[in-house]
Amino acid sequence: MTTPDTASHGAARVASPLSSPLSSLLSALLAGLVFGLGLILAGMANPAKVLGFLDLAGAWDPSLALVMGGAIALGLVAFALARRRRVSLLGLPMRLPGARGIDARLVGGSLLFGAGWGLAGICPGPALVLLGAGAWQGAVFVLAMLAGMMLFEWLERRGRTSAAPAR
Amino acid sequence: MTIDWTHFTPLPALAGGLLIGLAAALFILLNGRIAGISGIVGGLLRPARGDVAWRLAFVAGLVAAPLCWRLFAALPEIRIEAGTGVLAVAGLLVGLGTRYGSGCTSGHGVCGLSRLSPRSLVATLAFMATGFATVYVVRHLVGA
Repeated sequence: MTTPDTASHGAARVASPLSSPLSSLLSALLAGLVFGLGLILAGMANPAKVLGFLDLAGAWDPSLALVMGGAIALGLVAFALARRRRVSLLGLPMRLPGARGIDARLVGGSLLFGAGWGLAGICPGPALVLLGAGAWQGAVFVLAMLAGMMLFEWLERRGRTSAAPAR
Repeated sequence: MTIDWTHFTPLPALAGGLLIGLAAALFILLNGRIAGISGIVGGLLRPARGDVAWRLAFVAGLVAAPLCWRLFAALPEIRIEAGTGVLAVAGLLVGLGTRYGSGCTSGHGVCGLSRLSPRSLVATLAFMATGFATVYVVRHLVGA
């Protein structure tokens, strides 16, 4: 990958000639694009197919398991490499999650998420792909999802003012 | 359990999964970040300096994917059974739940399991469990 703006951001300011604000934005755009293309190819942008996987008692479509398997196969290699690095290939800090504890927030939140996922067959990635595909259902879902996330922010702020900081 | 052989698409599923894994690999190795969609979107709601543009870029890539796909081929079938009310409730639960649970199918399911994170394994088992249970209730108890 080339960095068209190396001249303006100068090699003196950054550790690697690859690292610049523009190249990190381009790689984020590329990662999002490849992610979305993967979802479409895998059939995971089709909520009916996701529900076909979640319907164990009906005619079960195991495709989603293979999607996860393929993704994790590459992911295992990538994260094994990532763990050994202190900065990314673009010279950015490695931000691997530090949280360790398994608590009620993690489990309760995930249980709620699963219920919503099972209702419509849509999770956050496919929701954004559906939006881009021009499906009105994608727009409704994304707006509701943002509302849910804002509700979380509001509850968090309220909790922080009335109790000791959680983190 | 009966397998739905007519809808089972092992090769595209595996190939699509590899692309998703490639995206996660690119993002951690180039940007040093986890490709967790709910966290990336959720972070936009508590904007901090220097923390907005990369999130928007990733989201733009996801939204652009179907447009990019259409340049070369017709989009595969998209079938959505849920009506407006169900979509709204589902979206709300997904938004709230993924933020409390610190992740979704991508952050916990793909990246977390790839990192062999016990937290992500618990989260994935939890959302899979209620995903299966919800479809069972909707299709086989209420819909029966």
